Amino acid sequence: MAGTDDALSDAGEARRIANEARERVRFEEEALDFAEQVYRVARRLVSTREEAEELVQDTYARAFRSWRSFTPGTNMRAWLLRILTNLNVDRGRKIQRTPDLQPLEEGDYYLANKLAAAEGEQTLEQDQVVERLSQNGVVDALADLPHDFRDVVVLVDIGEFSYSDAAQILDVPIGTVMSRLHRGRRILKQTLAEETLS
Amino acid sequence: MTVHDPACEKCEELLQGYLDRDLSAAEVVIAERHLDACGYCRRRYRFEERLRRYIRVSASERMPAGLLEKLAQLREQAPGAQF
Repeated sequence: MAGTDDALSDAGEARRIANEARERVRFEEEALDFAEQVYRVARRLVSTREEAEELVQDTYARAFRSWRSFTPGTNMRAWLLRILTNLNVDRGRKIQRTPDLQPLEEGDYYLANKLAAAEGEQTLEQDQVVERLSQNGVVDALADLPHDFRDVVVLVDIGEFSYSDAAQILDVPIGTVMSRLHRGRRILKQTLAEETLS
Repeated sequence: MTVHDPACEKCEELLQGYLDRDLSAAEVVIAERHLDACGYCRRRYRFEERLRRYIRVSASERMPAGLLEKLAQLREQAPGAQF
């Protein structure tokens, strides 16, 4: 009975479409829940608020178009950031000379040591010690980091991504994330020390 | 003041990984034993913790008003949108 078969397959098709519509809505709502966090990272990867807003909108436009390529149950925040960092590179951010990879002389304690020398060793115990730095100074120092280092520092220290998420987002080995993070943080501390204590 | 005690140098080397919770169990033991015993490194550890929080807070900017609505509208423009 061809008619019954058609009716059955129509019903199956209708169910499939309804399921897909539901999945899509669920995807979109979950993605929108991350908007604040996506913006927070975007804002530190570009220079202006307007650029950040545009980058986030482009990211969501692409995410909504290609929602089927997201695997449910995997890390959507990282998936969105992967789109965002790719778009940011595609936007043609300035090509930078690869920063020289000479080891920095200053160690991880550099900023702490400088503050201790200027203010006294015991001040490092105080809650307000970091307030010697300025919030704008932090923003400027991040903006001054070479792109490769900044991407990693922003993802891990501002976006609170794990090393392995950052590696996936940027499509680089985890060892590269660790070495860029290590070096990026040291450069940041050096800049903050110069800014604060010069 | 800088210290050239090899144990402090080792602690400096481990501290970022310790804060990132990325050390092996054996390294955690080395770092924690040293931090318990050494005021110099303990002060730096506390400073680094506060510094990280300060950097995160200073660098975090709220999303501009209206952006979420703009993003929600993009749903309707995506091909195949149902609503």
